[in-house]
Amino acid sequence: MVDVAAIDPFVFRLAIFVLAIFVGYYVVWSVTPALHTPLMSVTNAISSVIIVGALIAAGPEDMNLSKIFGFFAIVLAAVNIFGGFVVTQRMLQMFRKKR
Amino acid sequence: MSANLSAIAYLVSGICFILSLRGLSSPTSSRRGNLLGIAGMVIAVVTTLLNPGVLGYDLILLGLAVGGAIGTIIALRIKMAAMPQLVAAFHSLVGLAAVLVAAAALYAPEAYGIGSAGQIKTASLIEMTLGLAIGAVTFSGSLVAFAKLQELVSGNPVVFPGQHLLNLFLGLVTIGVGIYFVMTQSLPAFWVLAALAFLIGFLLIIPIGGADMPVVISMLNSYSGWAAAGIGFTLENTALIITGALVGSSGAILSYIMCHAMNRSFFSVILGGFGGDASAAATKRGDRMAKSGSADDAAFIMKNAGSVIIVPGYGLAVAQAQHALREMADTLKAEGVKVRHAIHPVAGRMPGHMNVLLAEANIPYEDVLELEEINSDFPNTDVAFVIGANDVTNPAAKTDPQSPIYGMPILDVEKAKTVLFVKRSLAPGYAGIDNAVFYRDNTMMLFADAKKMVEDIVKAL
Repeated sequence: MVDVAAIDPFVFRLAIFVLAIFVGYYVVWSVTPALHTPLMSVTNAISSVIIVGALIAAGPEDMNLSKIFGFFAIVLAAVNIFGGFVVTQRMLQMFRKKR
Repeated sequence: MSANLSAIAYLVSGICFILSLRGLSSPTSSRRGNLLGIAGMVIAVVTTLLNPGVLGYDLILLGLAVGGAIGTIIALRIKMAAMPQLVAAFHSLVGLAAVLVAAAALYAPEAYGIGSAGQIKTASLIEMTLGLAIGAVTFSGSLVAFAKLQELVSGNPVVFPGQHLLNLFLGLVTIGVGIYFVMTQSLPAFWVLAALAFLIGFLLIIPIGGADMPVVISMLNSYSGWAAAGIGFTLENTALIITGALVGSSGAILSYIMCHAMNRSFFSVILGGFGGDASAAATKRGDRMAKSGSADDAAFIMKNAGSVIIVPGYGLAVAQAQHALREMADTLKAEGVKVRHAIHPVAGRMPGHMNVLLAEANIPYEDVLELEEINSDFPNTDVAFVIGANDVTNPAAKTDPQSPIYGMPILDVEKAKTVLFVKRSLAPGYAGIDNAVFYRDNTMMLFADAKKMVEDIVKAL
């Protein structure tokens, strides 16, 4: 048997990454072409989950350079998150059945 | 919150994002999909805020409030015709956020558990470098795309001799600086690397012309995903890794679809130089004559037709004629005419753009069909009504191997019994090529502004 503890945790993350690419591949091909613009705005919104990195940087109580970077990254990511989800919702509201 | 519990929460967040994209497979499930995306984001943010390292909430709440307010206001006010610019601008923000987070991790590695200042793990440094470089390229590249789409600068490709060699050289220097940074953890090297990547992003996008913007936006979408994934590895965060992979592959697939729809190879788009004035040396028109007609003629022909296929292009959005077009379609339907809309994948300035514009005008999405779905119906159709589109109907793509658009899938409008072509003049389209459809016996040109022509037709009906 392989000694699991000897495997660098990086390998597990790489496995998640590679599998997620495959999931993404099949999921995105199933998106109807009519919704490709909302697809783009929603992927834009979810890629702003990078805000988790910014939150950690802005988290400590004492002020330092890293905290300032974190603050600006929070502002940018928040623009994207709110903007991305709201504009997506606005577009999807238009794709309702009429009559 | 324990480390294991937060890791599971991040996994749940990642799954929400997958389901969110899955929801877009049909308009009926799409709104639920968006809500799942929001849920995933809330889970990720709350989990992070419960992290023992996050103690001061003042700056965080301020940042969320400021950013959230700006984002919401923009999203509520933006016009649908301006979606491509908005998405480009949003991509640039993701890119810049990735750069800032990479910098934060470099200056305070303890907070992320990746070592201490000057003693960061090599693997984390490599991941950080990738996230930084891709993020910076995404940032400046998206800014250029935004400026071109917003028409702050000309959409024409900017080319100069030695361009590709310069890019190659800068690319190699960047890799060199990246390796140096990983080996030394030098702070100046980090910022030099960021500056070089900014410059490369700028240089990569300036040679790409306006007509190729759908590919560029998709490509930058993909980059923003890979940048997020790079940072996700540095932070050892599953939600970020999954999301990065999803967004990265999504953008790549959309780029592929756009390239395929224009029959261009991805590399020819990237190398640029297409779609500007330079290629406007149109084929000689000779003494071929185009028939022209009036709004009354068009109204008469369509009223007496059994079926009409409307072929809208980006010119429709420029002329803001969507609403008038819907009125025309409704009037025709009331007369018992079967009306449908045919959309070419590159009809707008980004993937799916035209669908959104038609949906905004309340045109039912059941009446809007994609190229593959409707192309075989043109021979059985009485009238093809082309408005604001040109190159996507040009039969030269099928018949003339010399044509720059040869091999591009087109809408076979010329097979309809009558073609009504709304256009200001006989000038060639984006690709700078004359369109043989103008001179066919079954074509009637309607020379006018798209909106005015449609309004006149509605009156005449």
